[in-house]
Amino acid sequence: MAELPLKDPAPADDAADTEPRPGRIRKPIGWSMIVIAVLVAVCVVLVWRRDGVHGVTEILFSDLELFGGILPRVLAGCLLGAFIAEILPHEKVSRALGPNSGLKGLLIGTAFGAILPGGPFTVYPVAAALLTVGADFGAAIAMVVSWTLIGYGRAIVWELPIMGTDFTLWRIVISLPLPILAGALGRFVYIRIYPKGAPP
Amino acid sequence: MSALIVDIILWGSVAVLGFMAWQRGRPVLVSSVREGTLDFINIVPRIALGVIGAGYIAAVIPSEVITGWLGPDSGWLGVLMATVAGAATPGGPVIGFSLGAVAMKAGAGPPQVIAYVTAWALFAFQRLILWEIPFMPARFVWFRAAVSLPFPFVAAAIAMAVGKP
Repeated sequence: MAELPLKDPAPADDAADTEPRPGRIRKPIGWSMIVIAVLVAVCVVLVWRRDGVHGVTEILFSDLELFGGILPRVLAGCLLGAFIAEILPHEKVSRALGPNSGLKGLLIGTAFGAILPGGPFTVYPVAAALLTVGADFGAAIAMVVSWTLIGYGRAIVWELPIMGTDFTLWRIVISLPLPILAGALGRFVYIRIYPKGAPP
Repeated sequence: MSALIVDIILWGSVAVLGFMAWQRGRPVLVSSVREGTLDFINIVPRIALGVIGAGYIAAVIPSEVITGWLGPDSGWLGVLMATVAGAATPGGPVIGFSLGAVAMKAGAGPPQVIAYVTAWALFAFQRLILWEIPFMPARFVWFRAAVSLPFPFVAAAIAMAVGKP
């Protein structure tokens, strides 16, 4: 299933910092992508039967336009992730965000997700980079969940004007504990599913 | 306008971190730029499938179905339906929040709308397909989505307890 195999958290000695990061193994096609491709194929056929060839090409062109607009940001996100993986000292990351970082690690992940600028094109590459340099699933979950639930970017641009101030503020207040709870639950489940660490 | 600000912040961060990498020495900069570019090349086909595919999946799910699920029924069944609706909502933030606002006007309770928005934020299938799976290890994505399952209900419960919004 795993397309980018996770490294075990970097060992907590200084050697981890001096060793060059081995290139990640990249597999563009995994089971998840095959499932998605089949789902998309089914939907294309459904659209074709409903709207004909015209309906299919119309969606294709508008999505290609969207795709072209997204690409530069995806490149920026990938570079950001690569720089973070290179610059952050692995030993410090695994101490601050690793499996034994406790509540503090979850709080750091939550704060990081809440203040991270940009959109999905930043948060996912950065979260993947942190996993590579020694953050555990719990801290990465806290970060991703924090970004989706209490990140300010989407709230200011979309939620405030559409849902109103009252709803938005209360929803964010209610959501404040959720990233930490999600990260803690993630850790709790993770060590029971993989008691000996991540499978290769 | 906001897109421009996002781009400035994004490329500004890239420049700052790139500068920090360069200070560590040229090889560090070169190797991280190469890693980032390889990641990008590797991710492009998956993003392409995600972007183009999500358009077709969204076209198959009409938004009336979503608002129907979010209807004025209340209680925990309403929260459950809202959670399913949030996960199934296609499209970006405009559609997600607009459907939430429509449901609120149609008489859905605030806890149900909170559950809907939370579920949509946590595991809208389109964001999983388009963004999360291409970038993250698939095992992490499924794990995170599974761990997130209780939280729309938790958010609705807190909303019911505090009686807000």
